[in-house]
Amino acid sequence: MRVRFVLSQIGNGLRRNLAMGISVVLVTFISLTFVGAAVLLQTQINNMKDDWYDRVEVSVFLCPQTSYAPTCAGGEVTEDQMAQIESVLESEALSSYVDTVYVETKDQAFAAFQSQFGDQGWAQRITVDQMQLSFRVKLHDPEQYQVVADELSGREGVEEVVDQRQILEPLFLILNRTTILSAGLAALMTVTAVMLITTTIRLSAMSRSRETSIMRLVGASNLFIQLPFMLEGAIAALLGALLAIGGLWLAVRYLVEDWLAESVRWVNFVDTTDVLTVAPILIAIGIGLAGISSLVTLSRYTKV
Amino acid sequence: MVPVVRNVFFPHCRDWPLAHVIRLEKVSKVYARGARPALDQISLEVERGEFVFLVGASGSGKSTFLRLVLREERPTSGSVFVAGRDLSKISQWKVPHLRRQIGTVFQDFRLLHNKTVFENVAIALQVIGKPRHHVMTTVPETLDMVGLAGKEKRMPHELSGGEQQRVAIARAFVNRPVILLADEPTGNLDPTTSVGIMRLLDRINRTGTTIVMATHDDEIVDQMRKRVVELIDGQMVRDQARGVYGAPR
Repeated sequence: MRVRFVLSQIGNGLRRNLAMGISVVLVTFISLTFVGAAVLLQTQINNMKDDWYDRVEVSVFLCPQTSYAPTCAGGEVTEDQMAQIESVLESEALSSYVDTVYVETKDQAFAAFQSQFGDQGWAQRITVDQMQLSFRVKLHDPEQYQVVADELSGREGVEEVVDQRQILEPLFLILNRTTILSAGLAALMTVTAVMLITTTIRLSAMSRSRETSIMRLVGASNLFIQLPFMLEGAIAALLGALLAIGGLWLAVRYLVEDWLAESVRWVNFVDTTDVLTVAPILIAIGIGLAGISSLVTLSRYTKV
Repeated sequence: MVPVVRNVFFPHCRDWPLAHVIRLEKVSKVYARGARPALDQISLEVERGEFVFLVGASGSGKSTFLRLVLREERPTSGSVFVAGRDLSKISQWKVPHLRRQIGTVFQDFRLLHNKTVFENVAIALQVIGKPRHHVMTTVPETLDMVGLAGKEKRMPHELSGGEQQRVAIARAFVNRPVILLADEPTGNLDPTTSVGIMRLLDRINRTGTTIVMATHDDEIVDQMRKRVVELIDGQMVRDQARGVYGAPR
């Protein structure tokens, strides 16, 4: 009897406030889509970092035969200078940051160069001797690049310290900015959603105030009176969350998996599995929003 | 020595003396600071099964009295005991349990216009979680008792004022409360219809239900010859067994 009664109350409420109910669904839908997009973007960034930071290294380029760098005034790097640089890399100050170090010989550099540019005419004229020796340093944490750079730049024999990570930085910057934008919109829409749900529940409570007062009079418990209103909000928010999940799923399925992943093969993109991982979070947020809104509103409008 | 029975309202609580269903101890109620009190130092005991008329002009404090018993208001000072429980000491979430023991009837009926007669009465059982079969048997029984058999499917606006008040009484009584509070139940009804309503209330009283009825219908009070408590400006000026409306002090 109880369940049936509560359900009929909810049905009545939703029917009476259909337009408001739909607007709650839509607002939750949009706000949660932004929340989900922000989470997926961060997932994407983490994917890429995991993927690429494993491979990126700090390259310590040593002085070649001819260089205009002041530290290379003495000509090509000598064995002594190399030994000294190596000892710095293995010193206590750096060893906690440095994972592995290896030397890229001129031959290796030449091979890499040829494989990249070998098919172009001008590359044919480059000789092994024109290549540059370098230390390739892999860090435990690629973000700690600056420590190594500070320690080595300016030493005799070091022409330049280059962080490969810097090549990726602009991309991460864009992705991070997009996340912030998305999160900002999500926050804004969430506030809107809370206010709209609050207003909807308040209207619903006021339009049923006579019924509510009679229910109180005959001894209905607080929970019993408030439950239909709460569930109304929760159902609307749940629908919104499901729409948001559906929207994100479609976007990832057709935009990312079918299109982006096909055309840009060297990036590990988020997929629909990630959307399904985000789904419970979105549902929880949606229902949480409705719950908070109802608690705030109902304590004022349906007091025993 | 007062006999003691099991406290059926709050079974887990101390047993309470049989006699007093409602007891007020020096109860005052002031709505606005500095204003004249709506109730002023009222002490009163209503015994189980009694029928009490609360008489007095509008604004004499009758409704405040009823609201205090329902715990819609709290007294400014003094204590209100209902069913042996100090209302100032019961927690907010127990208030619904208190109200399940009290039926209430108003001058304006307070029916739900979009629900049938049956639904209007059934709601009192549904909201306290009574099982369906209980609702299906008790509601027709009660409607039969108040004289509305066969009108279950009518809507309130299709009924006369007297019939609407019977629906309201059925709703108040369907849960077999121990106390029935009536706030001018005949206020909107013509004298003949009022007599019918009073007969009904009298019948309910005979089932052992305590009835407190606020009214300024002198004819009814004079006819019934029940206990009369008179309030003037919030003060109790008379408490008379088998009294009349305008009895000499």
